[in-house]
Amino acid sequence: MSGRAELLDLLAANARPDVGVGGAHGALRAEVTPKAVPDLAAKLIEHGCQFATLVVEPARADGGFTLRYFFYAANDATLIEITAAIAPGSSALAIADRVHAADWHEREAEDLYGIRFEGHPFLGDFVLHDTVWPEDVAPMRRVFDPHRRVAESGLGTAWRPRRILDEAGAIAFPVGPIWGDYHEAGLWLLETPGEQIRQAQSRLFYKYRGVEKIAESQTPDHCVLLAERFSGNSAFAHASAYCRALERIAGCSVPARARALRAVFAELERMRYHAAAIAELAGSTALAVGKSMGQEIEERLLRLTGEVCRHRYLFGVCAPGGLAWQPDNAALRRLRTGVTDAARELVGLERLLAHSSSCLDRIEEMGTLTPELAQSYGVVGPVARASGQKLDLRLALPYGAYADTPVEVPLEVEGDGYARLRVWFAEIRSSAAMIESLLLDLPDGAITEACPPTEGVALAWVEAPAGAAFHWLRLDGDGRIARWRIGPPGFRNWHAFHRALKGAAFQDFPIILASFGLSVAENDR
Amino acid sequence: MSAWPLYSLLRGIRTTRWPRQEETAPGVSPGRPQPSADASGAVVGRCPTAALMRIANGVAVDFARCVHCQRCLHGEDALPWSRDFAWTAHAPEGRSSLGRRFRRSLHVRYIDAGACGGCMGEVRLIDAPPYNLHRFGIFITATPRDADVLLVGGPVTEAMRMPLRKAYEAMPEPKRVVAMGVCAINGGVFGKSFASAGGVAEVVPVDFVIPGCPPPPLAIIHALLAVTGRAQTHASEQQP
Repeated sequence: MSGRAELLDLLAANARPDVGVGGAHGALRAEVTPKAVPDLAAKLIEHGCQFATLVVEPARADGGFTLRYFFYAANDATLIEITAAIAPGSSALAIADRVHAADWHEREAEDLYGIRFEGHPFLGDFVLHDTVWPEDVAPMRRVFDPHRRVAESGLGTAWRPRRILDEAGAIAFPVGPIWGDYHEAGLWLLETPGEQIRQAQSRLFYKYRGVEKIAESQTPDHCVLLAERFSGNSAFAHASAYCRALERIAGCSVPARARALRAVFAELERMRYHAAAIAELAGSTALAVGKSMGQEIEERLLRLTGEVCRHRYLFGVCAPGGLAWQPDNAALRRLRTGVTDAARELVGLERLLAHSSSCLDRIEEMGTLTPELAQSYGVVGPVARASGQKLDLRLALPYGAYADTPVEVPLEVEGDGYARLRVWFAEIRSSAAMIESLLLDLPDGAITEACPPTEGVALAWVEAPAGAAFHWLRLDGDGRIARWRIGPPGFRNWHAFHRALKGAAFQDFPIILASFGLSVAENDR
Repeated sequence: MSAWPLYSLLRGIRTTRWPRQEETAPGVSPGRPQPSADASGAVVGRCPTAALMRIANGVAVDFARCVHCQRCLHGEDALPWSRDFAWTAHAPEGRSSLGRRFRRSLHVRYIDAGACGGCMGEVRLIDAPPYNLHRFGIFITATPRDADVLLVGGPVTEAMRMPLRKAYEAMPEPKRVVAMGVCAINGGVFGKSFASAGGVAEVVPVDFVIPGCPPPPLAIIHALLAVTGRAQTHASEQQP
């Protein structure tokens, strides 16, 4: 653990002498040579910093790239940005073997930009499946035309799952991409000699919609729609992070009433997200009544949201500069009583589940992600907080109304399915309390402030229901999107998911999956 | 020891009485803009998806494009919004409803072809107690080989084209396809791009469409009833 001064020394020692270290807006910045990145990144992690996200930006003129590695020091609210320029035709050095949390970020950058990362243990088939996409496609490069279809099923090379288990009779059992009742598209390969899952592999990005590419050269106003709709069940979280990035670029400050209401709606979304996850988990353990009760509470929260915000999933509520409209006080009063009622019902459900052995037997000591693994994979959100990592951006890098609202963050250390369930319930309780106190003390006044798009760049973040989400944005001279990077929480948590499957029996797979409560759409973008 | 059945019985019936009675509970549907003869047309410029059109006698709405962004709900010149959910429309060149034989038993396979959490969340609720799909004799099935209806959400991503086509081909005749949500109708905000097909009809034939972003659970159930001829379809483009 380190202080800000120590971090500054560390960056200064590694930065290129001609550029140095800058520190506006509470952020530390350093520009370094590509060769210096892995050492510096590893040292930051040793100092207790968290890896946030990797942003790749193709240079305007030549074929080079700028890589931006973002870290944050959770204990003293410091954001760190390390920039390295990659010359045309040369490769970057991988940090994935030292900072495991960056593993998928580098695989993604290699796939979408065609940047080589020297020393990365496993590159290739990732976002763009080799079975579908031709080998040399790099859709995130500037020259790539987003409107032209390049893939044609069957054009790519054959793909075979990587097999690790070498044993007589061993199989890799595929689950997906179309499976179960209403599961999201994704492929999970479970390697087994018969009954026990020895090792597993998640193959995602069946839902890759190229959101970051199709946003290029669109207006910021239009991309609010994309920010809400690429992951509809955490729409408000992503829309507000995106809007905060726009506001930081424009230098506009959101009125106090809108700041408080943004926190209210974000917590409302968290409650509903967790209620849905609890219903799914109860359902996966064949607890039909428990599932029904969870779904009823979820539906109640959806209707409440629909009544107050005119949309069940909070689409069209957040806007650059504040909120899109002024909610009336009568509706907000109904919201407060409705949230209290829903929270009380959830407490009742928690008590029933905690005494239901048929549920507990399937989630206790099942799907365990040890604190060591959680740390090395850099998992975020409830998954991290159930594995002993007290990580929450509302505390680590306070933003909006959270800067002056106390946030209670639950912590469990077992890392099993039951620990995650307890974290969800605890977060629902604390979200309900936060909504109550924010609404009781709601400032009056304007709901929005003018936020004209101007040229600039900014990083914004939120603690989405599933964990830390980062939105990095660059607007060009016309005020249009030049590059938008979404670092969703799922990108960290799916990375670690397969580790929790090791040693489980086959029928545990859907239960462990439900106990993580992850969204594929949010990860795939 | 488990008293779950008891808890369940104590709660009583929680299911909507729709379609026998109107469902008017607030928040059941996001609603949608209504065509208006009064609107001056200034509101048309605020629509980011070209769902609103200025015509000779007012403003018309193309529901296949409306994503409920609310930009025509607030502010001056706002359009009136309905609170309904019976939105299902017949697709152009779509086949007719399946007819009487399927009235008591219809099997549905849901396919996620790039749907966001919105459509996923709503479709998961259609068989939850507040809506209870099973009272209509409609069931969700795990395999397309048992399915009469393919319910597809999402703009159909590149990697989901082949699985979607395979699922469609594996279904026995007679079969119908329902495109659920604006993304599945025409790509929605994702449009037609290098990564998205721009709608289910680009890959398999579509018979019914459910406008909405996302369509609420009752809109989805309404569509499944329309597939068997138990509910009326409505035009997806309406004029004042």
